[in-house]
Amino acid sequence: MASVATVMLPLPALPSGWSAEKDFKAVGHLSEAVQRSIEPVGPHFLAHARRARHKRTFSEDDRIQAQESAKNVEDGDESDVSEPEDPMMLQSEAKDWKSQDHYKILGLSKYRHKATEDQIKKAHRKKVLKHHPDKKAAQGRVDDDQFFKCIQKATDVLLDPIKRRQYDSVDEEADVEPPTKKVLQKGDYYKLWSKVFKAEGRFSKTHPVPSFGSSDATKEQVDEFYNFWYNFDSWRSFEYLDEDVPDDNENRDQKRHMERKNTNSRKKKKAEDNARLRKLLDDASAGDERIKRFRQEANAAKNKKRLDKEAAEKKALEDAQAKKEAEANAAAEAEASAKANRESSKKAKEAAKNALKKNKRVLKGSVKDANYFAAGEPTAAQIDAVLNGVDAIQAKNDPDEIAALASKLNGLTVADEIKSVWSGEAKRLVDAGKLKDGDVKALA
Amino acid sequence: MSDNTKAGPEPSERVAIGLTFGNSNSSIAYTVDDKAEVIANEDGDRQIPTVLSYVDGDEYYGGQAKNFLVRNPDNTIAGFRDFLGQEFKAVDPTHCHASAHPQEADGSVSFAVKDKGGEEAASTVPVGEAATRYLRRLVGSATDYLGKKVTSAVITVPTNFSEKQREALIKAANDADIEILQIVSDPVAAVLAYDARPEAIIEDKIIVVADLGGTRSDVAVVASRGGMYTILATAHDYEFAGVHLDQALMEHFAKEFQKKHSVDPRGNARSLAKLRLESEAAKRALSLGANAQFSVESLADGFDFSVTINRIRFEMVGRKVFEGFNRLIEGVVKKAGLDVLDIDEVIMCGGTSHIPRIANNFRGIFPESTEILAPATSATAINPSELTARGAALQASLIQEYEATDIEQSTHPAVTTVKHISNAIGVITVGPNGDEFTPVMPIETAVPARRTVRIAAPKEGGDVLIKVVEGGTHIKVTKAEPKEKAEDSDEDSDFDSDDEDEEKREKIWKVGSLLAEAAIKGIKAGGQVEVTINVLADLSVTVTAREVGGKGGVRGTLSGQ
Ligand SMILES: Nc1ncnc2c1ncn2[C@@H]1O[C@H](COP(=O)(O)OP(=O)(O)OP(=O)(O)O)[C@@H](O)[C@H]1O
Repeated sequence: MASVATVMLPLPALPSGWSAEKDFKAVGHLSEAVQRSIEPVGPHFLAHARRARHKRTFSEDDRIQAQESAKNVEDGDESDVSEPEDPMMLQSEAKDWKSQDHYKILGLSKYRHKATEDQIKKAHRKKVLKHHPDKKAAQGRVDDDQFFKCIQKATDVLLDPIKRRQYDSVDEEADVEPPTKKVLQKGDYYKLWSKVFKAEGRFSKTHPVPSFGSSDATKEQVDEFYNFWYNFDSWRSFEYLDEDVPDDNENRDQKRHMERKNTNSRKKKKAEDNARLRKLLDDASAGDERIKRFRQEANAAKNKKRLDKEAAEKKALEDAQAKKEAEANAAAEAEASAKANRESSKKAKEAAKNALKKNKRVLKGSVKDANYFAAGEPTAAQIDAVLNGVDAIQAKNDPDEIAALASKLNGLTVADEIKSVWSGEAKRLVDAGKLKDGDVKALA
Repeated sequence: MSDNTKAGPEPSERVAIGLTFGNSNSSIAYTVDDKAEVIANEDGDRQIPTVLSYVDGDEYYGGQAKNFLVRNPDNTIAGFRDFLGQEFKAVDPTHCHASAHPQEADGSVSFAVKDKGGEEAASTVPVGEAATRYLRRLVGSATDYLGKKVTSAVITVPTNFSEKQREALIKAANDADIEILQIVSDPVAAVLAYDARPEAIIEDKIIVVADLGGTRSDVAVVASRGGMYTILATAHDYEFAGVHLDQALMEHFAKEFQKKHSVDPRGNARSLAKLRLESEAAKRALSLGANAQFSVESLADGFDFSVTINRIRFEMVGRKVFEGFNRLIEGVVKKAGLDVLDIDEVIMCGGTSHIPRIANNFRGIFPESTEILAPATSATAINPSELTARGAALQASLIQEYEATDIEQSTHPAVTTVKHISNAIGVITVGPNGDEFTPVMPIETAVPARRTVRIAAPKEGGDVLIKVVEGGTHIKVTKAEPKEKAEDSDEDSDFDSDDEDEEKREKIWKVGSLLAEAAIKGIKAGGQVEVTINVLADLSVTVTAREVGGKGGVRGTLSGQ
């Protein structure tokens, strides 16, 4: 090609670390190609042919082989639709076209509203080829064009989307009768009703149409189905069943009357159809075991909830009780331990008191053992002065210090040693400013 | 193409034309200096009715013969092209209703007409013979016009013309002393007529050809790839075509007439024939003007009838047919596995394509980027009635100097059956939202094929990565905010319930499998890279890349499957 297109969007920058031999990396292969026929037309084809022939000569076999491999784009005139023609149907008269089965006339009975436009066109052509009066003339039957006219009428209706919809609206052949109770007793409830609603679904304005589903459908699916269908938006209408309105201008009043009558009758039929559908749904849901199942399941769930709730309440109660008890216990224990503490501290105090007493006794005993520091028999004044000194020291010391002092004195028997302990103590207290020299003169 | 080929003239002695031979009309075209022109016959017609009529032993053809449909329908042969090469049971006699009816003769089709004059009984004219007689007259007109004996022709046929029909057509032409150089498909001839214009640029594009004729409508989706054409899908419709518009107008005028005169002009054959001819004339007039006159002397029961019809009324009367065309064209696009967004051009050809409403409807179906090539929608459109004949003439001028066996070998299926790639091949570029697929070679390109693109490097230049990948498209639909819907009134609301929710449809490329990577290093700022992708018949791919104006480059090959 001569022209070179220019692309404005830039190429990506080379990612760092990218490397390949000669800067090219083959990664994949082209996908499978399709064999098609190019048209042997135009100057560019001639150039192609020159290259493709390349001094070769192609044979008839090559032709067949090539033709077979190429994808065919023509689907052939013959329609794939064929159904035997009912001899009664062939007797149809064009004047009764309104009541004829248009699909059957064209051999499309099993397609009906599902027939594509293409199928209708092909079916029509097939019927024309067979039933055109000129074809009958060839067989010596002249003036036999009634069925041909029926074919034309059927095609007229079915190839006009508006008319076709009107006809499809009243095409009872496409209906599926609701199953009777008797039939339902044999089972297949879901299959049977599915068919009914599948057929009814053709009137739906909205798609997709949820299907009835099987016995194991979920609650969501079943709910969706009934919601959709109880609010069904149908395009079905009933003009096809109108009575003919006179086509002349003379009978205006009658014309208007007929039109009004038709309008009312359409409305009535539409209302009846809505009621009919509602009844179908009521009937289908009445025997729908799934709904029962869901109700039971819902009940069971509800019961379970109630039991759960009761159990929960009971447990809460018990828990509260237990909590209360535990609190009471804890309080009692605390009380007891407090009491115990109190008692034990009393004992300790007593012990301390006793120890103090004992220690004090040691102190007093020590001066007595040291003969009140007198060389001979001590005088009362001497004894008094020493004991006053001891009392003064005791008064300035706490029980621990007294205990410490007592332990120093304990076991001492030599008067000088005892005296030096006391004088040390007196000096300590005087130095600390707790006593005056005079207070403990006797012990100094 | 077949054993029927007589030893034709020497290539140097050929005078070759292009022919279309329709059920309703035929045309002849000739090329002068590579420009094709449609030739008028002695009646001044460029669309020459495919009709033969016998009156008192004289043979009339074309417009004159068509006029005899009123006074001499039984000895007038019309609407027979499709019968060629067919068994009687396979033909549809519908359009011969008001002319000689087809009859069975040895399983094939013939007509009984009094072609001898005098009191002689009608003779049986097989359809092949009728075609021969008609083609002889047609080519005779060309010979008269050109002043030299036309020896050869390229002729166009619908894509679904069977092998038997093609053989019968060649035989009929040969019997009229015309060598058929090649049979070409109608839609392809139309595409060629457009591509041969000097201003045409040969680009890769997808074209829908809508050939809307008198008795049939044929549509085709054609991939045009480097000037070569591949038909991807076709559809044929015998239910919606020109005659059905005539039919709708006939009913309209008949009712008007009936209102006035209380006589149904459809009641007798002659009135009906007048009604039909004048309805068609009014229809054609409405392609040009906003109004048309319908007037017939003594339409029925001696009453003259003259009324005007405007275009709007006609468009109402023909609505069903117009809508049929819409569905047909939408259907064929779908059948090709494509979307309307994939279509680059719609070429409208055939007489019925003159009607503005149809082109305008198509304008509404396709996106704005699609060109609708019809007189109503494009100033540069070629006359739709002339397209196929012009294409045929162009092809004739291309091949007339070849020996017949050469032509046969060149058009042999072994030559025309080739692989077409099933995905686009392209390169990754950087768009505002990251990686984007940029197509280089489109899907349905016949191989071998080569395509080259130039792609910008990042502004600052440097090293770039060329990632060659396959790509496909999908259609992204974005629903616009649904407008508040007016409460549906219950009554007959489905008549105008065209509540099309505004939606935006876009074609989005998606990146497929990676084929190869290549690097081009040290590109200068503002530089460009030229990438060439060359696919060979064995599906091997050669990628060549180089900086535009730079030295060296990268080249690598992927093997086929
Ligand atoms: N200007 C026009 N406006 C509208 N319709 C036209 C115009 N010119 C021709 N036609 C119609 O086009 C139809 C003929 O189409 P065309 O000339 O393409 O014939 P054809 O290819 O022989 O058709 P076929 O083979 O389908 O019968 C007729 O129905 C004719 O009325």
